[in-house]
Amino acid sequence: MLRGLLTLTCLEIKIFVREPLGLFGTVGVPVLVFVLFGRLIGQRVRQGAPEMPRVLTADLPILVSILIVLSAVMSLVTVVAIYREGGILKRLRATPLRPHTILIAHVAVKLVFAVLTLLAMVLAGRRYLPADADVPWVSFALALLFTTVCLISLGFVLASVVPTARFAQPVGTLVFYPMLGLCGLFVPVAAMPASLQLVSKALPLTYAVSLLRGIWRGDGWLAHLGDVGILVMVLVGATALTVRVFRWS
Amino acid sequence: MYGPTVAVDDVSFEVVAGEIFGLIGPNGAGKTTMECVEGLRTLDGGEVTVLGLSPTRDNYRLQDRIGVQLQEAQLQKRIKVREAVDLWASLYRTSVDPDRLIEQLGLTDKRDAWFMTLSGGQKQRLFIALALINDPELVFLDELTTGLDPQARRAIWDLVRGIRQRGKTVFLTTHLMEEAERLCDRVAIIDHGRIVDIGAPGELVRRHCRERTVIVGTSDPMAPDRFRAIPGVTSVIGDTTHLTIRGEGEDLVTRVIQCVATHGIAVTDFRTEVPTLEDVFLTLTGHTIRD
Repeated sequence: MLRGLLTLTCLEIKIFVREPLGLFGTVGVPVLVFVLFGRLIGQRVRQGAPEMPRVLTADLPILVSILIVLSAVMSLVTVVAIYREGGILKRLRATPLRPHTILIAHVAVKLVFAVLTLLAMVLAGRRYLPADADVPWVSFALALLFTTVCLISLGFVLASVVPTARFAQPVGTLVFYPMLGLCGLFVPVAAMPASLQLVSKALPLTYAVSLLRGIWRGDGWLAHLGDVGILVMVLVGATALTVRVFRWS
Repeated sequence: MYGPTVAVDDVSFEVVAGEIFGLIGPNGAGKTTMECVEGLRTLDGGEVTVLGLSPTRDNYRLQDRIGVQLQEAQLQKRIKVREAVDLWASLYRTSVDPDRLIEQLGLTDKRDAWFMTLSGGQKQRLFIALALINDPELVFLDELTTGLDPQARRAIWDLVRGIRQRGKTVFLTTHLMEEAERLCDRVAIIDHGRIVDIGAPGELVRRHCRERTVIVGTSDPMAPDRFRAIPGVTSVIGDTTHLTIRGEGEDLVTRVIQCVATHGIAVTDFRTEVPTLEDVFLTLTGHTIRD
């Protein structure tokens, strides 16, 4: 059914591009955040100036990458909810397509746009990249895709339980965006009070940040086996749960 | 069982190849049955065989040989007509020519239009196209014309008759009695999850609604008694201008005409009311279909 998957993925990409607002939210916003902060803070991003918060200097690309991941997850939750409510999932199921093919096609679309956004960020904001950046791009792109897949699996659990499409966006925002504050981007995990550290360590996003930051710096994947392991566990657990609770109509 | 009520309890029927078979019943019952047959729902008892296959075990092989139109289904808002038909064509082992199909369903002008811009009738025609793309042996149509205006409805009926003409079998659900009567070769009436009766619409009417009504416009004061004397007449009521004659038997109308001729009754109006499937439904279930 590879042909069906490819056809469906290409078609969904075309359809996605036809909605300007969705496209802007996915690709435009992360790139804009990067360029805006880059301009505002200017040279100090490159130098990693100590008087600026780390998240706006050395970690700015990581922040933007996390925004890319989260917007992919949110967009997937919404699309799945809309497709279910509109009976599109059900209609596609009444074909020889394997049901999971339909969902995998949507994941593929999100991955394509995640890579494209990363590319756009690098092209639009090259001069704001930190000075010593000697980023292993292929490895980083892979880390971004891996992280996106793992968090999207959580998105599927969410998409399975939201009652209607109208709830998808707000519920998704409520679940995912608070994680941003405790994932170690704005405040290092080690600097948090003990109780918050516990919460932080329970959030998948913390491991995503740690992995992306490490690969960006040039660490090998082996140095982040712990992060990868936990994200794989999230992926496996969430997928198993989705298989049990996902509703097609 | 879905929730506290049994949607479908005792439903046994066979659909004959090449016919249009209709399932009539209150919303829900027919759809549930259809979804079990299409393999979209799993049964919790009983047995369904479609084209010799089990909808659950042989789902993918079955999907290749059937066509499906679902009630209240949508497509992606911004998918083009041509793209939808092409996508569906790519999903099946065999497919008919997408351009010809689009033309046959009168959508050539709309081939590059987004789904969200189509009218209700155009959307339904597109869904019929998707149901026919794999040249299926058996086509399922669920509440095909619900929400369409009479003109669009008639156009769709012609399309469905066209499907039968090509030798396909059509299985449809409807709660429009007129639709069932005009379109279906045979219908099954479902009530409270059970099949109450199956047969050709005309046959069902003959079987369950034997009463005929003749309305005669006359001011002849002798007329009511003359009509009452006709064998089979059960009641004659009316005023000085119109009489409503009710009775049983296929030949009631003939006998009323003979009576008029024999006694030289002056008649200004003559109408008959023949029972319809609607009356059959009411007789069999005790309620109208919208209750």
